Amino acid sequence: MPEPSLISLKDIDKRFANGVMALRGVRLDVAEQEFVSLLGPSGCGKSTVLRVIAGLESADAGEVRRLSSNRAETAFVFQDPTLMPWASVFDNVWLPLRLAHASRAASADKIQAVLRRVGLAGFESAFPAELSGGMRMRASIARALVTEPRLMLMDEPFAALDEFTRHQLNDDLLSCWQAQRFATIFVTHSVLEAVFLSQRVLVMGQRPGRVVADMRIDEPYPRAAAFRTSPRYHAACTELNAALARLHADVDQVVR
Amino acid sequence: MSASWQARLSPVLSVLALLLAWEGVVRVAQIPHYTLPAPSLVVQTLVANFPSLAGSWWFTIKITFGALALAAIGGVMIASMFALSRGLEHAFLPIAVVLQVTPVVAIAPLILIYVESTTAALLLCAWIVAFFPVLSNTVLGLRAADPLLRDLFKLYRASPWQRLRLLLVPSAMPYFLAGLKISGGLSLIGAVTAEMVAGAAGRETGLASRILEASFRTETPKMFAALLLLVITGVAIHWAFNALSRTLLGRWHASEKQ
Repeated sequence: MPEPSLISLKDIDKRFANGVMALRGVRLDVAEQEFVSLLGPSGCGKSTVLRVIAGLESADAGEVRRLSSNRAETAFVFQDPTLMPWASVFDNVWLPLRLAHASRAASADKIQAVLRRVGLAGFESAFPAELSGGMRMRASIARALVTEPRLMLMDEPFAALDEFTRHQLNDDLLSCWQAQRFATIFVTHSVLEAVFLSQRVLVMGQRPGRVVADMRIDEPYPRAAAFRTSPRYHAACTELNAALARLHADVDQVVR
Repeated sequence: MSASWQARLSPVLSVLALLLAWEGVVRVAQIPHYTLPAPSLVVQTLVANFPSLAGSWWFTIKITFGALALAAIGGVMIASMFALSRGLEHAFLPIAVVLQVTPVVAIAPLILIYVESTTAALLLCAWIVAFFPVLSNTVLGLRAADPLLRDLFKLYRASPWQRLRLLLVPSAMPYFLAGLKISGGLSLIGAVTAEMVAGAAGRETGLASRILEASFRTETPKMFAALLLLVITGVAIHWAFNALSRTLLGRWHASEKQ
């Protein structure tokens, strides 16, 4: 890669308190402005990788190197929208700025702009309980975008949504990404979603979690809905499915 | 609309029906007023004796709300300490439980011996009865904050004070309010029980000692009049906390959703 990586993991090991080896020798590099998906079966440690990168958990061995030491430039979107139920959409999006001591009035323009971008203009004063699942996730993404992060960590954000809503949010996420150009690490267990969104897909194997394949998706952006029905899309999905199938075969051999 | 009117009217109607039945039975069976006074006589007695009962009522209200305020403050402070440290909780929760499970009537005589001021002794008794629901609910509430929201606050480097004010306090609020509702009723019960034990001691006396005093003289209507004031106080506390809970939680918490 020509430019230095924004985030670089070298041989990360992580053992949980119960003794389970969650990650072994995980290496990955993500460049500035790059969109990378982490694809793998449930329980392979994808989320743990994100948490180590975010600094929410520490690695037992290995090295996490980041271009900038400013952790405030990192945003995290969880699988659950994780909004404060007692606060309006506006106040939820204000939270990261508020924690950095920005007043409500001084943040208002930024908040309005980011709400327009995720399609929540007009819902400023709504409470999370009054929104649909898709809209809650939009609010959660708005909260992550409002700090203009350099690195966006997303942990299966659309897994709980219906397919129609997921496609819409995929499209909207990509247009946000094109506008703001934050580097993204997107965890998913959906091959279709990983191929549609990413420039690069990393496949993770389980027990212990490690990166077993690294595949580029050379499709220009903006990616139209037609990409989902193109032969290139299917070829990429087939290749990734094959990589995942090899993984299962390996696990079966280990078990025997 | 008609359904909501019905819902509001039905408790009023049922109470009215009960009072009418009571009045009717007393009149028809000609029950003497020192055995069971009719509601109309209770109200008459209340009006006639109000100037003298009002002072006692005010005293009981002061003890009740004083104890409730101390229960809220003390409960929240102890709960915060417990939430900060499991060690403190393990060390001191058993003491709180002992205070909670010991009937206040049984310890009130001791407290009246040790505490010189009767008012302070009554406050202490009522507080012992009232503080536990606030304490245990607030401990639960402070621990109930969404772990992912905690992660988010960590990611954005929230200060401990920001975490307390913006995350822990709002998360604990529904639990705290539920505890406060229970404590509100209990502080009145605690105040009256302690007054009963204290009897007519001290210069100022509350409604409980007026009830005792009236019972010695077989002034049954006056006993009922004092009782009516206690009931009004209890119901008012209950309504006030329901309204407070609806105001604070109405828009977001499932317990207050219509």
